[in-house]
Amino acid sequence: MKLFEYEAKNILENHGIPTSRGMLATSPSQAKEVASKLKPPFVVKAQVLVAGRGKAGGILFADSIEQAEKEAEKLLTMQIKGIPVKSVWIEEKIQIKKELYFGITTDRFNQSYVAIASAVGGMEIEEIATEAPEKIIRFPINPQHGFHSFHARQMAIKMGYSGNQLSDLGRIFERLYCVCMDYDAELIEMNPLAETVEGKFVAADARIILDDNALFRHQEYKKRLLEGESELTPQEVEATKNDLAYVKLDGDIGVIGNGAGLVMATLDTIQYYGGKPANFLDVGGGAPAEKIAIALKIVFSDPKVKAIFINILGGITRCDEVARGILEARAKIGATKPMVIRLVGTNEDEGKRILTEAGVHVLESMEEAAQRVVEISRHGGK
Amino acid sequence: MGIIIDKNTRAIVQGITGAQGSFHTKLMLEYGTKIVAGVTPGKGKTQIHDVPVYDTVEEAKEKHSANASIIFVPAPFAADSALEALEGGIKTIVIITEHIPIKDAINVMACAKQVNATIIGPNTPGIITPRESKLGIMPAHIFKLGNIGMISRSGTLTYEIAAGLTRKNLGQSTCLGLGGDPITGLNFVDTLKMFKQDPQTKAVVLIGEIGGNLEELAAEYIANEKYPKPVAAFIAGRSAPPGKRMGHAGAIVMGKAGTAESKIEKFKSAGVEVAEKPNDVPELLMKFVSN
Repeated sequence: MKLFEYEAKNILENHGIPTSRGMLATSPSQAKEVASKLKPPFVVKAQVLVAGRGKAGGILFADSIEQAEKEAEKLLTMQIKGIPVKSVWIEEKIQIKKELYFGITTDRFNQSYVAIASAVGGMEIEEIATEAPEKIIRFPINPQHGFHSFHARQMAIKMGYSGNQLSDLGRIFERLYCVCMDYDAELIEMNPLAETVEGKFVAADARIILDDNALFRHQEYKKRLLEGESELTPQEVEATKNDLAYVKLDGDIGVIGNGAGLVMATLDTIQYYGGKPANFLDVGGGAPAEKIAIALKIVFSDPKVKAIFINILGGITRCDEVARGILEARAKIGATKPMVIRLVGTNEDEGKRILTEAGVHVLESMEEAAQRVVEISRHGGK
Repeated sequence: MGIIIDKNTRAIVQGITGAQGSFHTKLMLEYGTKIVAGVTPGKGKTQIHDVPVYDTVEEAKEKHSANASIIFVPAPFAADSALEALEGGIKTIVIITEHIPIKDAINVMACAKQVNATIIGPNTPGIITPRESKLGIMPAHIFKLGNIGMISRSGTLTYEIAAGLTRKNLGQSTCLGLGGDPITGLNFVDTLKMFKQDPQTKAVVLIGEIGGNLEELAAEYIANEKYPKPVAAFIAGRSAPPGKRMGHAGAIVMGKAGTAESKIEKFKSAGVEVAEKPNDVPELLMKFVSN
């Protein structure tokens, strides 16, 4: 789950990490009000959860309270990569001498967290890795020892710092690690971490992605994800509530399957035969009829979907349950769109019988089914 | 033969009284797996499918000389169960549970390293050595004894490919799922090393997916070691957009890292045959393994 910049900055500030002083506004008049409490010049930043906000024109500058109000109005009426801007963060502009990078993420091979720092910041870490790989300092964190000030100072020395700045950076890095642990973050970044002209360090931007699987320990964020503003589409929210893994894609062929790997391979096979998947939807293992029906309803609700491919390989999932779910959904919402069904595995014969008797044709090969659904999406069937 | 588990494996089931634990205990017993005891705190001194249930791993291990464990405990408590097994001296642990927080998984793996234990998973279908032992939830009938080792990050996709191999009479030595999470116990390289030592295994299939760099590291290992057995691979997620999590917690492309293209390219340059579609895998192996 991605946090907004303002949420991330509030967390950092509460943990003693300096951030630029700022406040949130959801209307131009509120922007004026909060700007009057801050010192100009200002930076006005659109609060959206998509990357590349700066390049898309989501960060503006203002020298006066009036201008801040105007720029806020501009942002609040614009869309960034299709996402409407609902709030802006207005902050005091800092005098930056140098932009750095510091973040913590997971290291799959070492089965640990890894701290990453760079004396070059302000662009995506992958870009830094391509343009200045020698500047990147990686420190795998031993899970049993944790990450302490002295580890952090070692990294700061490698970044070229000394004296008081060494202790300042050490403290900031160590605190960021504490935030990472306390909030179950899978990624936490200060990018840029600004060195000001006075030689102080300030998190000019902050990004936190929480581990979805740990949200049971952070109920307030789970609530925000499901009920409030989030990066999820309506279909994705509906799926999350029902414990289904759904991802909206650009195409016109709806896909439902069991098991993430199988569903991914199904999308790939559709693409291989020249079709375009409209979504990823994994019903998981052992899905009962009701869950299949909900899945179908979600996919049907996407207006771009022209045809649906249901690919089930029954291990713990029972084909007869799937068949009943399909018929249940069809009875409730009407079979408005053509479906291609591939059903093999546990209770396969019973599943096929149920569907065939209801006039639904069932295929056995994933490739044949993929070719068929691509054809239907192109020519509208038959 | 095969790797990690065989007919001498004596396993306990942690979370044996839950719906999944109980259901799969029955199937594992039917397959011939030696399930010697179960553990569910508070349900000690009961029985399920004639398997005695204990409150603690310590007691179950002591009374039945268990040397492996399979865990079905719900995510918030699964790490605790794994740590209990590790402290109890169990050296092979299969964690079926999905949705374990990353922080908990990292802690479990660190403890496992200290005591030299092998962890399979979390979020794995488990491991099967055909005709000997199954510690997992995979449908047994699609597997067949043979010479192909399978390593996968997926569940049902593994079944899809295993069933395809079996149809072509290409049996398997051991099939194991690494798990769909970002942090797992075994990785491709660890498992390739094990298959290298196993005389029964004549060829290896790797089933990877987007996210992380474990496939890339496996390709490097194969190239550097001049791996002595033929390897074929399939990578799921060619059509996945960046920044979106495709079902598995670990299946996500971050920026340019973890794409299917990167993995496929690395494999090809390491001399690994890469299948375009899941059902092309048997074809690639036919030439290496004669029956």
